[in-house]
Amino acid sequence: MIIIVTLLVIAMLASAISAYIFKDLLSAVIASCMVSLIAAVLFFLLHAPDVAMAEASIGAALVTAVFVIAIRRTKRYEE
Amino acid sequence: MRKIISIILLIIIAWGISTVLQEIPFGTSRAKLADYYIHNGKEDTGAANIVTSVVVSYRSLDTLGEVTVLFLAAIGLGAVLAALKQKSDKNSEKASLILSTGCRMLFPFILLFGAYIFIHGHLTPGGGFQGGAIIASAFVLRYLGCHEEKRINETGSILSESLGGLTFVIIGLIGLAIGSGYFLNNFLPKGEYNSLISAGIIPIIYIAIGCKVGAELSKIIDLLMEES
Repeated sequence: MIIIVTLLVIAMLASAISAYIFKDLLSAVIASCMVSLIAAVLFFLLHAPDVAMAEASIGAALVTAVFVIAIRRTKRYEE
Repeated sequence: MRKIISIILLIIIAWGISTVLQEIPFGTSRAKLADYYIHNGKEDTGAANIVTSVVVSYRSLDTLGEVTVLFLAAIGLGAVLAALKQKSDKNSEKASLILSTGCRMLFPFILLFGAYIFIHGHLTPGGGFQGGAIIASAFVLRYLGCHEEKRINETGSILSESLGGLTFVIIGLIGLAIGSGYFLNNFLPKGEYNSLISAGIIPIIYIAIGCKVGAELSKIIDLLMEES
């Protein structure tokens, strides 16, 4: 259990850092979507399925969609 | 220079948060109210899901405020986007047959799943907000994957949104009028524990919230897609 949680937290940190580093904004959005998704799994492992469901549907799906729409409207690559 | 300052600020904030958190014992219960909810939630509300009994029964006035905030956010976004209406002429690549057919096939099942989540809000994890967000994500899939010109039915969306809000408030006012007389009083019979029709007004309110949140969030996505 503790190993799984540790691995998930490391993966979450890695995707958060890569969301900062990526110059391609679409990849950065997908990386921040990964952060939300792993957070949802962590919430589920901590016995909070209600919060996990909200995090997965809002944090991973809707916010990502809003960012993707915003990128479509503006530029894809950061200078 | 700016980076150094922000790193120093981050370290100070992290130190502050960690010293505060060290004072709180992790994993042990110190909140008396939470203990009360856990032990008496079943008898008081009849809902099998304790989170639901807090959100829709003990703290339902807060939920009404939350729904109102979401409603105001949707109205504000609609007003801003209506002010700067312009079509962009970016021609995007058309989705392949497999992708668009897959999205079209998945769409009703995701809608069904969202409805299941909020209808069973008092029995299983999830509820109105989660179910509404899942319904909105079905529309996201349809818009991003299918490239259709067809938009949400305007009257249907407005109707489900306003009916949801009205049901919430009217049920609260009925509870104020009869029974022990406070707003959003659970006046209906509790029914058999852990069955679909139980817990009084909780399933009705959650269905209303689910319709309202689903309509609002999908309308937001619809407005944004129309702009891009």
